[in-house]
Amino acid sequence: MIGLLLAVTRRDLLMARRRRMEALLPLGFFVVAAGLFPIGVGPESQTLRQIAPGVLWVCALLAAMLSVTQMFASDHHDGSLEQMVLAPQPLVVVVAGKVLAHWLTSGIPLVLTAPLIGVLFDMRAQSIVTLTLTLLLGTPILSLLGAVGAALTLGLRSGAALMFLLVLPLTVPALIFGTGAVGAVDAGLSAQAHMSLLGALLILTLLGAPLAAAAALRISLD
Amino acid sequence: MNLRPNTFAAPSRFYAMAGTLTPWFWAAALLFGLTGLYVGFAIAPTDFQQGDAYRIIFIHVPAAWMSMLIYLVLAFWAAWGWMLNARMASMYARALAPTGALFTFIALWTGALWGKPTWGTWWVWDARLTSEFILLLMYLGYIALTEAIDDPRRAANAGALLALVGVVNIPIIYFSVRWWNTLHQGATISMTAAPKMVSTMLTAMLLMTSASGPIVSRWCSPALGRSCSSRNPTTNGSRDWNVDPLARRRRYT
Amino acid sequence: MNWTSLDEFLYMGGYGLYVWGSYAATLVVMSVEAVLVRKRLQAAVGALGNSEASG
Repeated sequence: MIGLLLAVTRRDLLMARRRRMEALLPLGFFVVAAGLFPIGVGPESQTLRQIAPGVLWVCALLAAMLSVTQMFASDHHDGSLEQMVLAPQPLVVVVAGKVLAHWLTSGIPLVLTAPLIGVLFDMRAQSIVTLTLTLLLGTPILSLLGAVGAALTLGLRSGAALMFLLVLPLTVPALIFGTGAVGAVDAGLSAQAHMSLLGALLILTLLGAPLAAAAALRISLD
Repeated sequence: MNLRPNTFAAPSRFYAMAGTLTPWFWAAALLFGLTGLYVGFAIAPTDFQQGDAYRIIFIHVPAAWMSMLIYLVLAFWAAWGWMLNARMASMYARALAPTGALFTFIALWTGALWGKPTWGTWWVWDARLTSEFILLLMYLGYIALTEAIDDPRRAANAGALLALVGVVNIPIIYFSVRWWNTLHQGATISMTAAPKMVSTMLTAMLLMTSASGPIVSRWCSPALGRSCSSRNPTTNGSRDWNVDPLARRRRYT
Repeated sequence: MNWTSLDEFLYMGGYGLYVWGSYAATLVVMSVEAVLVRKRLQAAVGALGNSEASG
């Protein structure tokens, strides 16, 4: 099972490496979108520090959603997705492998870039650390939920926009706890409750989302 | 007629039954509604703290209860249709969705109009209001997804999966006032303790809830229009449902 | 009776706008729903008529 997971992940990473620019587009979007806010809102440090956790989290959310349709789209176009669905190997593991590859190509770069953007927003060091940790826990959740949405809207004309509408309400708890953790640290309180809940959300999503995405793939391909 | 548990799984028979019951639902809704309004306005006294503004409760609470209940019923029947390949169940779920969305909208709208004079604000992002708003987005997402897919069976099954994933929101809405410090008041009615509300207000509220149940059923029955002709019950609808009689039960994971 | 005149009833102790705004919105929404349902039924019956003519 682990062998299958790693094989699928390795394949998707290889394909992402062949189109490096496409894989880095979400990161580019994240940087540009987050960078627009200080320009639009004004450079006052106090305001920026207040809006920073929310802005960074929402931009990370949108960036993750942008690239998640690619998880299944290219395989769907050349027919290899149907082969994966028909194969005797468990589809849940294949989906989990694809999600892992997606997180490695778009989630990890977001987590690594977030501290730099945090500096642009004049956040305190402790807040930046908390924000990075919440994104580390949160970006897998976004990849997992995005996989469910991508599987449900596979091959539809308005698939990308529809997927946003479907998945974003589901990601709201992660958003609330992620930004709440940074808010707590800013106020001098402990972020433990928020981080625990975020971790619980991650575990719950890890257990449920690959199952739901696999079921959605079978629904979409029948 | 021989009544079996699955008699009304045939769209033609369900449509006929719904047509027969519709005038009764109209009557029940009007009866309960008018009685509830009478008790609510003529008999229930003015509230000590909120004055007459509290009378919005006779719409707000039934609408909120309905919004949650309809979603649960929708998810149940959509899942039933998905698991048992039951066309009628999926049709019922799709018919319920717009009604549920409208009830959620009414709950949010009347809540805002009640909040302005009593809390001083139209809206606050506390747990209950946020999760009810998310419920509205979930209804809209379900409608959007089922409308976007052309194949009716794929649309119904995809919607069922989406509805099931979203069911987790309902307990969050319900228990939000207990789990978090919210501006929205806590539960005044429970199964175990005496209600903290004046009995006349309670009666009126329950009467209005009973009215909205038949209203929902009355609307949903005519909405199940697809291929529900009574002339040929065996073949109508199966053309677009693509039922393959030889398909085995499929594994989903 | 809680109110002595129609004016008092409409005024609702100062909260008339909010109370009647809510009830009016509900009435509008319910009418919209009834219209939508009727439209859906007509469309379905119409589509059925077309398909029966051909099949």
